[in-house]
Amino acid sequence: MHLLRIALASLANRRFTALLTAFAIALSVCLLLAVERVRTEARASFASTISGTDLIVGARSGSVNLLLYSVFRIGNATNNIRWDSFQHYANDPRVKWAIPISLGDSHRGYRVMGTSTAYFDHYQYGHRQNLQLAQGRAFADDPFEVVLGAEVAEALHYTLGDHLVLAHGIAAVSLVKHDDKPFTVVGVLKRTGTPVDRTLHISLAGMEAIHIDWHNGVPARGAGRISAEQARGMDLQPAAITAFMLGLNNKIATFSVQREINEFRNEPLLAILPGVALQELWSLMSTAEQALFVVSLFVVLTGLIGMLTAILTSLNERRREMAILRSVGARPWHIGGLLVLEAAALAAAGIIAGLALLYAGIALAQGYVQANYGLYLPLAWPSAHEWSLLGLIFVAALLMGSVPAWRAYRQSLADGLSIHL
Amino acid sequence: MSQPLIDLNDLTFAWPGQPALLDIPRFHLERGEALFLKGPSGSGKTTLLGLLGGVNRAQQGSIRLLGQDLAALGQGARDRFRVDHTGYIFQQFNLLPFLSVRENVELPCRFSRSRAQRASQRFGSVERAAATLLAHLGLADETLLARRADSLSIGQQQRVAAARALIGQPELVIADEPTSALDADTRESFIRLLFAECREAGASLLFVSHDQSLAPLFDRHLSLLDLNRASKPQEA
Repeated sequence: MHLLRIALASLANRRFTALLTAFAIALSVCLLLAVERVRTEARASFASTISGTDLIVGARSGSVNLLLYSVFRIGNATNNIRWDSFQHYANDPRVKWAIPISLGDSHRGYRVMGTSTAYFDHYQYGHRQNLQLAQGRAFADDPFEVVLGAEVAEALHYTLGDHLVLAHGIAAVSLVKHDDKPFTVVGVLKRTGTPVDRTLHISLAGMEAIHIDWHNGVPARGAGRISAEQARGMDLQPAAITAFMLGLNNKIATFSVQREINEFRNEPLLAILPGVALQELWSLMSTAEQALFVVSLFVVLTGLIGMLTAILTSLNERRREMAILRSVGARPWHIGGLLVLEAAALAAAGIIAGLALLYAGIALAQGYVQANYGLYLPLAWPSAHEWSLLGLIFVAALLMGSVPAWRAYRQSLADGLSIHL
Repeated sequence: MSQPLIDLNDLTFAWPGQPALLDIPRFHLERGEALFLKGPSGSGKTTLLGLLGGVNRAQQGSIRLLGQDLAALGQGARDRFRVDHTGYIFQQFNLLPFLSVRENVELPCRFSRSRAQRASQRFGSVERAAATLLAHLGLADETLLARRADSLSIGQQQRVAAARALIGQPELVIADEPTSALDADTRESFIRLLFAECREAGASLLFVSHDQSLAPLFDRHLSLLDLNRASKPQEA
């Protein structure tokens, strides 16, 4: 309509302020949507980290701690558990499968996990998806074989047959290396979007072999050393592991098995239900996540207040414009409408530019974020929720625009046709 | 039929909390007449124009425009009535600088359907009406129409404003010091053009200025100071 044409032409006449205002709105919209998208994706990928596992068992500590080190490879176990405890439950008739986990070493910042082949058969993530090999095979009888997570292989450019040396401890820069016993890459897993991608998997025998000549946390020297060849011939049954995962034949038994493990007499153990612990952990993080959302809402509000200020300041110097419009027949509501249209145009430009910024940002950062944070940010159309947020921003802008509109309406009633120089 | 275009009787007006600014027993403007109204600044000239435009309301007395009592109309109806029947030219900076010359001239037709209708009836379309009026006023250059209004000289701008006041044949053209920013030569030729166009469109012209030297050009001239009883005591 003609009023819109006048509003746009008037804005174009003040294009510098108008562009800045729209840019401020664009940045705030982009921030809000980015936070929203990261939030949604983080929650989704978080919930799909582990599935199909009924119980996770470790040394007695906190359930969140156990979940963090056994599933997310964050933090450390307070204590190990004995191999025979694992054996006791792995052979329980109610247990369908058991996966032992042994942690504590790393390779260039990525955690190493000692486990059994049961891991490749029974571990599930997402919607009950099994791990799949992209190349090669699972580790077999030789203790010095390693299967890489997708991200490890990609980031460190390892392919099948490569040799690598594990480091003792989990610091990114480790001074003590197991360089006398190199491992051979025999398999690479497909990408899962979970911490599995960032893990190197070796057999429990391999884990035992690299520590076989260690005593009290330090490697043996001189004659005490045992070479890889010698180790191959030795009994590599571990005495202790860090944790284990259980799948039960009957889900109904979960609680009774859990209680039984928690009351195990031989050793203090803790069994957790992964779903419950995930919930607990997420509720810890959701406070921060909600705070982030609220902050970005306030940034949007700031952007809109910037727009309000820009329009309000322009009003005084535009009294002449209003008087001219009145003299050619614009009624006061036209003047008010003009300013609401102006706010609408600024907000629309801001929202569109904000979306453009968001998509440009995602397109640029997608690979980096996935590699570093394991978060997949899709280049998808805005979800219904995001549309409703954008709609809300637009409506808020219109409401804000009605403030200067009302002032201009009053002003043009009072000024009439008289022109103030 | 022969009733005057403007018929103003026993009008008094005061801004809130101030003494009466206007007290005019009678003022009228005939159809087709060009009237010079002399009004120095501070004489209540702007207020009178506001009353005639229906922006302000008189406390007493009546203003009839084309036989219609303005006081009987609501705010919105007065606004509509003003656009349909009155064209305005102001002192300076009459135009919206960010619109093109053509868009500026067409503005009244965007807000008044009856003026758009009359413009199309007479010239075929609103665009043609704008171009023809501008050509009559000495702005025949087609490329000029698309230029931004503020790229024109002051003299050209005032002629664009005149075209805008005349488009769609309003019965009344009110010119408030339209020549004060022009030099002496352009001033007179502008007024002659304005006369010619008003005559052709059949519009009455109410020309308000403090410049007495222009008065002889008009059919009739009046001084607001003589007309307005409220201004007498202040003069003494």
